[in-house]
Formats: sequence, structure tokens, C-alpha cells
Amino acid sequence: MRIFALSPLARRRLAHFRANRRGVVSLWILGVVFVVTLFAEFLANDRPVLIVFRGELHAPVLRDYPETAFGGVFDTPADYRDPAVAGMIAAEGWMLWPPVRFSYDTVNFDLPVPAPAPPSAVNWLGTDDQGRDVLARLIYGLRLSILFGLTLTAVSSLIGVAAGAVQGYFGGWIDLLFQRAIEIWSGMPQLFILIIVSSIIAPGFWTLLAVLLLFSWTALVAVVRAEFLRARNFDYVRAARALGVPDAAIMARHILPNAMVATLTYLPFVLSGAVVALTSLDFLGLGLPPGAPSLGELLRQGKENLQAPWLALTGFIAVAALLTLLVFVGEAVRDAFDPRKAIDV
Amino acid sequence: MSDGSQTVAPPLLAVENLAVSFGAGPDAVNAVRGVSFAVGRGEAVALVGESGSGKSVSALSILRLLPYPKARHSSGRILFEGRDLLALPEAELRAVRGGMIGMVFQEPMSSLNPLHAIGRQIGEALAAHGGPGGAAAHERVVALLRDVGFADAEARLTALPHELSGGQRQRVMLAMALANDPRLLIADEPTTALDVTIQAQILTLLKRLRAERGLALLFITHDLAIARGIADRVYVMKDGIIVEHGPADEVLDRPRQAYTRHLVLAQPKAARRPPGAAAAGPVLSATNVKCWFPIRRGVIRRTVGHIKAVDGVSLTLAPGRTLGVVGESGSGKSTLGLALLRLLPSEGAIRFAGQRIDGLSPRTLRPLRRHMQIVFQDPFGSLNPRLSVREIVGEGLNVHDRPTPDELEERVAAALRDVGLTPEMMDRYPHEFSGGQRQRIAIARTLVLRPKLLVLDEPTSALDVSVQAQLIDLLRELQAKTGMAYLFISHDLRVIRAMADDILVMKAGVVRETGPAGTVLTAPQDRYTRELLAAAFELKAL
Repeated sequence: MRIFALSPLARRRLAHFRANRRGVVSLWILGVVFVVTLFAEFLANDRPVLIVFRGELHAPVLRDYPETAFGGVFDTPADYRDPAVAGMIAAEGWMLWPPVRFSYDTVNFDLPVPAPAPPSAVNWLGTDDQGRDVLARLIYGLRLSILFGLTLTAVSSLIGVAAGAVQGYFGGWIDLLFQRAIEIWSGMPQLFILIIVSSIIAPGFWTLLAVLLLFSWTALVAVVRAEFLRARNFDYVRAARALGVPDAAIMARHILPNAMVATLTYLPFVLSGAVVALTSLDFLGLGLPPGAPSLGELLRQGKENLQAPWLALTGFIAVAALLTLLVFVGEAVRDAFDPRKAIDV
Repeated sequence: MSDGSQTVAPPLLAVENLAVSFGAGPDAVNAVRGVSFAVGRGEAVALVGESGSGKSVSALSILRLLPYPKARHSSGRILFEGRDLLALPEAELRAVRGGMIGMVFQEPMSSLNPLHAIGRQIGEALAAHGGPGGAAAHERVVALLRDVGFADAEARLTALPHELSGGQRQRVMLAMALANDPRLLIADEPTTALDVTIQAQILTLLKRLRAERGLALLFITHDLAIARGIADRVYVMKDGIIVEHGPADEVLDRPRQAYTRHLVLAQPKAARRPPGAAAAGPVLSATNVKCWFPIRRGVIRRTVGHIKAVDGVSLTLAPGRTLGVVGESGSGKSTLGLALLRLLPSEGAIRFAGQRIDGLSPRTLRPLRRHMQIVFQDPFGSLNPRLSVREIVGEGLNVHDRPTPDELEERVAAALRDVGLTPEMMDRYPHEFSGGQRQRIAIARTLVLRPKLLVLDEPTSALDVSVQAQLIDLLRELQAKTGMAYLFISHDLRVIRAMADDILVMKAGVVRETGPAGTVLTAPQDRYTRELLAAAFELKAL
């Protein structure tokens, strides 16, 4: 049974999207990476996924257990990497470890060489200059980048589309005032403002999102406004007004779909722009708080430790692949929404 | 061939068994399938047909102006003075193009370079064929412009295309086509984009030039009246083949083929309707409606004047009656229609069913909207391509009645049946329909609300004649059934004659003449109305 019925046009668009193999493959890769990294705690962690101790089930990923639960002496959370604790658990049960036995902030104190250590059987992609596992940081960093990018894109598109729609549809004074305001606003030196703001308030995921949002919402206004200006004099929009359809309904039903093509063409750029913005702030050391896993921070370490090429290479390949995949998916979406193609077949 | 008028000498142009196809393989479209026609020296021949009949493609083939290699000629010869143009090398063909054969297209604005003065563009046509240079060229250009009817030719040399009217641009195109004294002029719908009075002027000019220069003319048109007015012989095309040909009067007065008869009969005929008393009060009345658009200049956008699109128009329209608003492009007739429905801001009292509707807020106006509807000219632009027919027709119902899905389906189906479509078409999209069908969908969208007033803004002018006639029949039938009042806006007096009870003639925003259709059409009082009538029915410029 079908959960929701797709209109023939939507089905045709889907067919067009599927016809673009590169886009479909990219979407699959991105989707898998995103879903897998969403469960980063089960992939790379310094505590086991599952412990069976004296016949009882423990899930350290989900909650903390004091060392005393496993027969230790300290009432503090158990450090499962401690050979003493591991030995106690192994004696009366067993542990199921995630594939990578480090979290993003776990320092590997057993390095045979001074940090940063090259790739080895323990640290598959080596460690950074503080002895933290690069693969673990990469997994957490990807999750953070994608989530940040998606959130920023969603919020700034909502604001941008709404602002562009109102300007284009009503035109006149509203349009004039908004346009001048946006021109002045986008004339401000963004980077300096970001630097100033992040030196005043403590940067974090949401504060950075808000700060970047201040400037990123204007990206879509121009395209959406242009589409609405063009479409508001279309005969079918006039016909809808003659039918008495309310303004909001006309905008959503008749004009917004026209603007969607232009919007969707821009979305991959907005999304990859958001990822780049976060990465570059982190690279400059103005982004997420120290210790947070981020691709930008990884790149900076690569720059500062040229003798450890695995840092820069990992960071570079991860960022480049992420951005390329986003653009491929964006192209496929744009093709799918192209009215000429949708009508041809 | 029973072609008595053909001369014994070989014709100037002979097209033999010409075929044109676009694309290749199974998707190939055979636009022209084995067409033969001939144009004698000094003869005027018309190719007549509806859109898609292949008449323009045939004409473009003569100068090999089709998008080759996508277009192909699988068979045929085009003999011009004994030489096969299809086999001619490109360099020799260029000498023929614009040299021995001139061509004029439908859209004079896009055929001229907007950045160059017209004098220079005509001079280029001369220079391309080794014409004179310098002062001699200048004189020749002036003479050409004077020849095509520019009295102030010298002053017009530096004019840019946008400074000229549509008719003047078409005259410039003619001057360019005639620059090198061609023996044949191919005119592809040269008057279709022009107003009737201008059309009459251009046709008169063509006739005069033909007589003076002994020019042969191949005239492509969809308009039988024009074909009759200008051509000696007529070829009727349909679906890429010639179905009938012969002397113009014979073919058009006594058509032998069913299709030609169909075309001739499809010309809208005058309405025969009872004078009918205006029973109840008028459904729409307007007093002194003005729709002015400000012209703003300078930095502070000071209003320096107004474009008076509609300037003080008064009218009344009774239920079940049709008021035909006729005028040329730019006369403000469409603006009037939009202003009466409050889709454009205007001044002056507008009463709908006795209630003042000017000055009502959009919110209080909304319940009234269902009773006054509009059908637009372009059936391709007036339907949202992203919505299915069900959504398009049901949109008004969803605003005003909020029916259940079953009710909605039933009423949409009823409206589709009313306009001669089938309910099975409900889930299809506009692009799957022809122009005439789309216009029916647009009418169904308004009918479903049972309006009292329908504004029809040039509803037939984007359609082929035979489809036009069907639509007019449909509109009459619907009016008889529902008692709607029509405000019928058109530039085409023949359509107006077929539809209207009363006629309002507009020019430059003001009413020139108004009255019952019979009086206005047979005994026009105003000079402009007389001009319009002469141009439309006799193709004469007064």
C-alpha cells in the first residue's frame, strides 16, 4: 500500500532524478555517511557498546556506570580503557567494543612515538598532535558539519524565501525598502563581524548558527524575489486573483513552485557554503570551542604539522569529497525540477 | 492539373515534391510531405493553412533557412529560374537570399537589430550584395524608404527600431527585402502581428509595389480574407500536403475539398439574435472609469505625467447580453477589462449587480469574485503548468464553497462536460492539451463558479480559425444556457460581429463610438470606426 500518492509530475521528476546516475550515487553515499555518522557513538567510542558482567547487561554508550559496578574501588565513572577495569570485566563477563576504540576526545597515552603518531593498527588514520584518534574525530566532525550545514541551510532558506516572496509579490514600497536594507546589510564586512562576535560571546553550535544566519539568509532573496516579480503578472496568477484566491495561497500554490527551481539550484551552494563557513571559522580558531571535533580544526592541525601528512590529507579529502557530493546531488535535483525536461518525457 | 492561369513559360519558382522532416529515426516529424507549387513571374500566390500545416516550413525551405541538419529534405527540388536551390552551394545561395528573393517575417521587432539605425540596416542589405557605397547608397536607401511609404524618409534614417511602430517596422523590413530588386518576395504572415488598420495599409502597399515592380509574391497566411484580397492563386495546405489549389476566387468561393469548405465556413458569421429586452437591472455598470499609470522621472521619481490607458469610460451591461469592446493594441481595452474586475487600481464608480465595488477592500471583494470571472487571451499562459486540470478547475470552488473531494470531483466533471471536454481528462496536465482545449479548460475554471459576468479578453485570437469558430459556438451556447453577461474584448471585428449585442469602440483609452452592434457595424458615426470597419472587412486603408 502506498503511504502517500505522488502526483504524475512528481513521479516524472523522480524518474528524472533517478536517471542521473552520478546524482543518485552521490545521494546514496551522502545518505549512508550521514546515517552512519549519526550513530557515531556506536562507531567510535572509548567505552564498549555492550558489557555482560556477572550475567547482567550494561550499555555504557547510553549511560554512565561507576567503577564500583564492576568491582572497582572508585565511585567515579568507569574508564573502560584502563587495563585494570578491563581486566575486572573480562574476568567475570565480556565487552563488545565499537570498531574504533576512541572517542573524539580520547587521548591515546600508549603511543609508541610522540604525537602526532602515524597510522597504525590501533589508530587507523593516525593521531593528531594531542594524541587523539583522527578517524574518531573525522566521524564526529563529519556529523557536526553535515548537521550544521543542513540546519543553517534550512533556516536561512526559510527566511530567504519568505523575504524574497513578500518583496516580489507585493513590490512597490515594501520591495524598495527591503532591497535597500539588504544592500546595506550585505555591504557589511562579514568576516570581521564574525570575528568580533565570536570574541565577545562564547562560540558554540547554536551561537555560531545564529551568527552565520545573520548573513547567509540573503543568498536566496534575490532569486526568489526575481521569480515572484516575474510570475505575479502571469495570466494564471491573475486568473487566481480573479477567482478570489487569497494572496498567501496564490504565493504558495502558483508562484512558489516557479521559484523552487531557482531555489533548489542555489541550495547545494548554500549547503556547501555553510559547511565551508563552519570549516573556515574552525580553521581560524574562531569557531567551535576547543576540543570539539571539526574538519576545520583537523585542517589547521595539518597545516601546523606538515611532518604528519595524514592530518592534512584526511581533512582535505573529507572536505573535498563532502562538497563534491553535495554539488552532484544538487545538480541532479536541479535537473529533476527543470520544467523543460519534466515535460519532455 | 486543371490550372488554367499557369503560363506556358517555365514559372519563376517551381517547388516539386518537396518533403521536410525534423529529427531522425522513429521520432522524426514529417512536417511537409511531397508538396508542389509554382509561382509565375509577377504572380501573387498564397499558401493558406492553419498552424502546423507546414506552410511556413515550405516557405523557409526555399531559401534553406531551416535548422539544418536537424531538418532534412528527403525528396524534392526547388527550381528558381531553372536552378535547383536545394542543390546550390552555400556561396551561390547567399547571392539568391536577399538578392533575387527577398523575405519578410511575421515579427518585425525581432527581425531588426535593435542597436542599429534603420538606415544602416537597409544599407547593409545593399552592401551585402555588392550594392553602391557612400552617397549613392544613401540616396538608394532614402528612395527605398520613400517607396515603402515613409514620407519623411530622410529624417527617419537614424531612427532605431524601437522608435518605430509595428507597421513602420514592417515597412522597414519590406524596404530591406526590396533593396536589391528581387524578382520574388516571400512574405511569411507579414501582417499577423499588426492591427487591422495597419494590416490594410501594408497589404495596399504590397499590391502597389507588386504592380510597380512586376514583383512575384509568395504570401503565407492563415487568414482566408487576406489570401482572397492579395493573391491570384491559392494553395491550401493541411498536415504537410496541399489539399486544394486554384484561382483564389474559385477556391474560396466554391471549395471542392471538405477541408477547404471547413476553413471557409469556419469564418465567424454575424450573430442572428433577437434584440432582447434588458429585463433586470444591469449586471455591470461603470461611470467614467479611469486607469492612469504615472510616468516617473528623475532621482526622486517625481510624477511628470500619466499614461492614460483608460480615460473616462462608461458602460452598462445587462444579464445575458454581450458587450463587444473593440480597439487596436494599446487602445486600453484589456486594461479596461482588468480594471472593471478590480484587478487593476482605477478611478470611477463600478457597480456590480447594483453594488459599488470600487473602493471595496480585497477581503470584502472576495465573496463577490466568484460572480465575475475572466478568460485570458493566451491559453498557454493562463493555466498553471504545474497543476492538473482537476486542481485548476477546482481552485475557485475550494476558495468559495470548500466542497468535499467527491462534490468537487462531480462539479469539476460537470464543468468539463459543459465546455465539451470529458471528465477523464481531469488528471492530465495543461501541456497535454491543444490551444483550443486549454481555452475550454480556462472557461471551465470560470463556469464552475456560475458567474454572472464573464470578461473574455481576446479569448480566440491565439487560436486557429476553425477552433475559433468552435469556441464562439460554445460561448454562445453557454450564454443561452446560463444567462451570463459577456464583456467580449477583441481586436477582431469579425469575431465581435459574431458575438456582440452591443459594441464599444475604443481608441487611446477613450470611447469613440458605442451602440447596438447592428447600428455600429452598418452605420458607423465615427471616422475611426469607419476606418476600422473598412480595414477589417474590405482590407482597405481609408
